[in-house]
This record gives sequence, structure tokens and C-alpha cells, in this order.
Amino acid sequence: MGRDRAIQIGFVGIASSSILVVALIFLFLFKEAAPFAKHPGLAALLDNQWIPVSFQKERFGILPLAAGTVLVTAIAMLVSVPLSALAAVYIAEVAHPLEREILKPFIELLASIPSVVLGFFGLVVLAPLIKQFFGLNTGLNALTGGLLLALMAIPTIVSVSEDAINSVPATYRNGSMALGASRMQTIWRVVVPAALPGILGAVMLGTGRVIGETMAVLMVTGNAALITANPLSPVRTMTASIAAEMGEVPFGSIHYQALFWVGIVLLLITFGLNFIARRISVRYGMMR
Amino acid sequence: MVKNDTPTGPTAIEVRNLAFHYGASQALFDINIAIPARQVTALIGPSGCGKSTFLRTLNRMNDIIPGVRVEGDILIDNENIYRDKIDVVRLRKRVGMVFQKSNPFPKSIFENVAYGPRIHGMNDKGQLGEIVEQSLRQAALWDEVKDRLGNNAVGLSGGQQQRLCIARALAVQPEILLMDEPASALDPKSTARVEDLIDELKTKYTIVIVTHNMQQAARVSDWTAFFYEGRLVEYGRTKRVFTNPKEKQTEDYITGRFG
Amino acid sequence: MNRQLHETAAVFLLRFTTYAIVGVVGYILLDIIRHGLPVINWAFLSEMPRRAGSEGGILPAIVGTLYLTLGTVAIALPVGIGTAIYLSEYAAPGRLTETIRLAITTLAGVPSIVFGLFGLGLFVLFCQFGPSLLAGSLTLACMVLPTIIVTSEESLRAVPQAFRQASLALGATKWEAIRTAVLPYSVSGIITGAILGIGRAAGETAPILLTVAAFFLPKLPGSIFDQVMALPYHLYILATQHPDTDKVLPLQYGTAFVLLAMVLGLSLGAILIRVHFRRKYKW
Repeated sequence: MGRDRAIQIGFVGIASSSILVVALIFLFLFKEAAPFAKHPGLAALLDNQWIPVSFQKERFGILPLAAGTVLVTAIAMLVSVPLSALAAVYIAEVAHPLEREILKPFIELLASIPSVVLGFFGLVVLAPLIKQFFGLNTGLNALTGGLLLALMAIPTIVSVSEDAINSVPATYRNGSMALGASRMQTIWRVVVPAALPGILGAVMLGTGRVIGETMAVLMVTGNAALITANPLSPVRTMTASIAAEMGEVPFGSIHYQALFWVGIVLLLITFGLNFIARRISVRYGMMR
Repeated sequence: MVKNDTPTGPTAIEVRNLAFHYGASQALFDINIAIPARQVTALIGPSGCGKSTFLRTLNRMNDIIPGVRVEGDILIDNENIYRDKIDVVRLRKRVGMVFQKSNPFPKSIFENVAYGPRIHGMNDKGQLGEIVEQSLRQAALWDEVKDRLGNNAVGLSGGQQQRLCIARALAVQPEILLMDEPASALDPKSTARVEDLIDELKTKYTIVIVTHNMQQAARVSDWTAFFYEGRLVEYGRTKRVFTNPKEKQTEDYITGRFG
Repeated sequence: MNRQLHETAAVFLLRFTTYAIVGVVGYILLDIIRHGLPVINWAFLSEMPRRAGSEGGILPAIVGTLYLTLGTVAIALPVGIGTAIYLSEYAAPGRLTETIRLAITTLAGVPSIVFGLFGLGLFVLFCQFGPSLLAGSLTLACMVLPTIIVTSEESLRAVPQAFRQASLALGATKWEAIRTAVLPYSVSGIITGAILGIGRAAGETAPILLTVAAFFLPKLPGSIFDQVMALPYHLYILATQHPDTDKVLPLQYGTAFVLLAMVLGLSLGAILIRVHFRRKYKW
């Protein structure tokens, strides 16, 4: 029995390594970012401009980067949420079982396409289309980025929402049908409302994925750190700033520290979103 | 309170003042019973009466459920299996168990029977072969499967699977065999085979069997214990319990008035 | 009549949306296959790149990605399986289990670029591995850990309780029961998880950007402390940093095709393995 106990303790140790990794992530992000708080001070992060390399005065305001992330994310969600919800309803409620078996994995396939490949596709196919359609000088803007990110959010939202719709008990449907409701009435008035928490959780997960996505936006958003609401304007997101600039900064410099602060903000946002999504799904019994 | 005709021969399992709790609820109350060696003892009673829970206290299979608490003593070979610093693994080797639903591993027939000896450290191919044959013979399955020991056990019929599980339990050479409704999922013909088998096995093993089927209890057992709402209501020779029950509840149950 | 029309229109809208998504996925795949496949030949796959990648093959990027993914799985698989075993077989409901689960969900949601920052801070700088295969594999391993844990746990839980009971009733210790009556029947799920993890590691760019990837390094790695080229990073560089991007467009498509084929091939493999094992073990 002593040996069995030792084995169990070993497994506790291994399983705890996930906690350790999360702790280390927070620790090392803060460790690298910390000196910035002393000089130039955290207030510098609230500047409304991001000009990390300058002959006059460097400025490290995260706001324009956050604005870029918000704009691109908003576009992506506006496009992906309705499309994904409709597709999830179709797959769960309308599609023939065999059709369902093919459609779901196929849409999930989209999730396994590497983001750099999608970014490449955006660069060589989508951006020229956008440029031509709107008569712009360049197709590298928030809209192109948002559309690509919508593509990345769709499989997550479809897949998780479809599960949620599927787990609505058949008794709900039967009850509604027995009252003489049509199939569509049943779907929109009974099934979808019952699955709403799950769909909401799916949207949260999708949003988290979109905010954290790096390569596709880096390649197609034009990378200008502007505060704007114009979807046809180039923007620079938080993730893209880190990816683009980290390779060129001297380790330990103020710019380097500022980029770690951008990472911390990103981490906190996605952590919050995941936490809420998890709370929703635990509350409605959709996750162990 | 409990009407006992106490067994006179050697006792295999002695249970004293046993109580069993699942978290806040109590499933067994003050059980006292002496189970005779190399005879068949049937545990009967309506669903939820505690008979299966009681069976599982005898090899401590309840241990794997979190939040259980056991009070009282169970003595096997004068060893208190709950109080003393006992090795549960060694206990389960001595007290084998056959489950309600046959649960062979999706491996070959041979590997199923050899599973127990293997985990107890036997690796000699010849010795294993002997044990497998002997166990399958005892379980009256040898003639049906001897030409296809390498086949997957999942391909056997329900009755064969259950006899395979009995052979698997016998292969670790237990002294006591616990059976939890071993025939409830079987057709009448397979049930008869398993019952015949129990009759043969009792010459070598102490058998405790939980059954829902009164006729089966009457057919296969020497002793019968009737459980009701977590209590042992009546215990005695099967013939006597079935023909002349002393308790009203027992009579009601065996005559089919409830349950 | 009106209601009937309504119903038909609604179904049409749903179906149209779904197949529009399918159409876009199909178009992307087709576009890359159509332009990428013609570029693929033995020389492209087996030669060193020349002139900063604008000529020649992509061998070091393929080898680099291969090594990186193997390193990732070698690190993440044991930890992932161990965690899954703990969660499915040992964990009692309580604060520790809750915390472990929260940590896993958190890890699953950490943006890949943040993993890059973390790897840079911990492995490259603090542990002084430098930008290297080792640092990259460790970083990617942290990233794919949740995938491996979740799929492995699912497959462990799918093994019938009856197997564990049968084994314990025969006198197996808990660990013996897990090792002999649970693990063998969850191999398919574990392999699936590992493959999905490999697929994810192979396709990621952001974490390796900061921890391992070399812009142009026309030689094969000699040790785990070497930098390597990697397919996703190579594609990124060719597509955005090259002075003459249009001229190297075929090379970009070729690289994208190889990367896509690798990642989707792994996903497909995972599906096939699952189907195969489901047929083999039925209970």
C-alpha cells in the first residue's frame, strides 16, 4: 500500500505542474515588465500614443494598441457570431445525421489551419479583393484583419454552440411540437433560448481566441498604431505589436518592458474572458 | 431481535455490529451474521435493502467510493478486515468477486483468466497455462473455449462471459467467492449452467450470493439472509426460511407481497 | 401557406449560411493546393534555401518543425498523461482539483504570443538556454499541454468502470488496475490527443518567433541548443519581410502547402486512429 500511496503522490505532483506553469507565466511576465513601473512609471502606459522608437520622446501608450484590438475584434465578432449561430442551429437541428457527421468535422478543420497560413491567404487573396472593392491604396486594414479573425472564431463558436444546442433535452422539443408549434418556432422560441448560456460561452471562447490571435493580424492589418473606428483604416493590435517589435528591441530596455506590459494586459483580458466562459458553463452543467 | 439458527460447522466470515454510512445517510444497521465455510449463503431482499452494499463490505470494494464509513467488525480467518492493519489487496485476492454484469476485459480469453495471476507476479508461461486450464475447467467453460483461447472474450455469449468472469476470479485461488446477482442478465439456460456451477464450486469455496430471484435462492443456497431497509431481518437455513419464516416481513417478501 | 413559406425560407437561410462557411473553408484549401502543389518537387523538399530563401528548397524548415514538434511532444506527453490520470482516477472533488482544472482552462486560453513572451523570459533568458530548440520545445509544450490533458482524460473516463472494479476485485492495487485495465483501453484517445498537440505545435508561429526561430539558417541543427528554421516562420518571413515578395510567391505557396499538408495530415491521422481503435475495442 505504501507504494501505491507514493504513486498517487507522484500523480498529484505531475498534475500540479499546470498550476506551476500558470504561476510561472504570471511571474515571468511581471518580472520582465517590473522595472517599467519605477521608470517611466505605469502612468506612461495610459498615453494615447504608441511611439516606441523616437528621436525626441518615446511614448508607450497601450490605448492605441488596445483600440486596434477592440476594432478588429468587434468586426470579427459582428461577422462570426451570427454566421456561427445560424450554422450551429442548422447542423444541430436541421441537417440530416449523415450531413451533420460531415459538416461538423469539416468546419472544425478550419480551426486546425495554422494562423500563419490564414494570414498568408489574407495577404495574397483577401487584401487585394478588399482593396479593389473599396478602391483603397492598400487592402491591409482593420476590415481585412477582422474578416480573417472571423474565420478563426467560427469553428470554435459553431462547435461549442452546436454541442450546447444538442444537449437541450428532447422533452423541450416534444413539448413545444405537441402544442402545435412549427419546427422553426420550436427552434427559436424553445431550443435556442435553452441553449443560450452555452452559445454565450462559445462566443466568449471565440472572443478570447480572436483577441489572442497574432500572426494573421500581424500580416494583414497594416500595423499603424492609430486610435480609430474606421474599419478601412490600418490598425495595430496588441498581439501584433509584441510579435513585430520584440525581435528588434534590446533585452531589458524600456521598450522591451513596455511590450511585456502589453502581454500582461492581454493575459488578463483573456484570463477574464475564459473565467467568465467557464463560470457560465459550470453553472449550466456543460463542463465537468 | 434477529432470529438465527446459528451454523454449527466452521465459520468463514464473522460479522459483528456492522454499520455502514454513505456520507450522511446510513445504508446498513447493526448487522450480525456468521457465514459458514464451504456452503452457499444467499442474500435476499427488495432493491435498496442493503444486500449488495453488505456483499461489497466483505472485500472492501466499497472503499473505492469516496465518503463511506464502516463501523463494527468483519472477521475472516480471525482477522478483522477493517480494524487491523490489513492489506486490502491481499484481502481481495482471498475474497474473489463476480459482478452482476459480466465484465471481461477486451482481451483474449486466455489473457482474461491469466490477468489475476499476472498482476500477482506470475510470469511463467507453463504455470499460467495450467492455472488458466484449471480455472476454466472449474468454471465449466473449458470444453467450449479450449480451441479458441486466443479469441477476444468480448465475442463470447453472455452466459459464457459470466462463466469466464468466474474462472477469472478462481484463477487467483480465493477462499471466498462473492457473487452479486451473477445470473440476472442471463437467459434461463445460461442461468441453469451458472447455478449448477455454484453447486459444484461450494465443495471448495465459501460462496455468498446476492440474488433477486427467490427460486434461485431456494435452489442454490444452504443458508439465506433476508435484508430489509438496511437491517438483517432473518437468517437461517434456506429450507427453514422459505417454508417457515419467523418474521412477518420475510414471509411477505418471499410470498411476493412486496418487493 | 404563408407559414409554410416562412419555414422553407428559414431553412434555406440556415442551410445557405452553413454551406457558405463550408465554401470559404473549401476555397482556402483549394487555393493553397492549386498554387502550392505545382511547386512541390523533390528538390524543393530536400534542398537548402539559397539567397535568403528566395531560391532553393525548404529542407531546414521542415526538419526544424519536425524536431520542434517531437521535442514538444516528448515533454508534454508524459506530463499531460500523468495529469489526465490524476484527474480521472485519483482526484477527489476539492480545492486542489478545482485549481488544477482552472489552471488548465487558463493555459488553454493564454494567447500564443504571451507564451512566446513567457518562453523568452523563462527559458531563453532566465534558464540561459538562448533561442534554441530546447527553449522552443519547452514553450510549445506548455502551450499544447491542455489539449493533451483534455483528450487523454476523456478517453480514460470512457473506459468502463467495470474494468477497474474487475481488476480491483482480483486483488490489483489501484495503480496496477490503472496500468493494466484502464490505460491499455484508452491508448487511442491518448494518441489522438498527442497528434492534435503535434498539429498545434507544428502550426504555431508566435511562440517560436521569440524563442527559437531563425530567419535564415541554411544548415541542419546539431544540438538542442541550436536555433532552427521552422515552416510557419519561414512562410511569415517569405510573405512579409522579403524585398521581392511577388517573385517568391510560388515558394510561399509551396511552403504554405507543405505546412498545411503536415497539420491537416496529422488531424486526419488522429481521426483515423480513433476510428480504428473504436472498431478494435468494443465494449
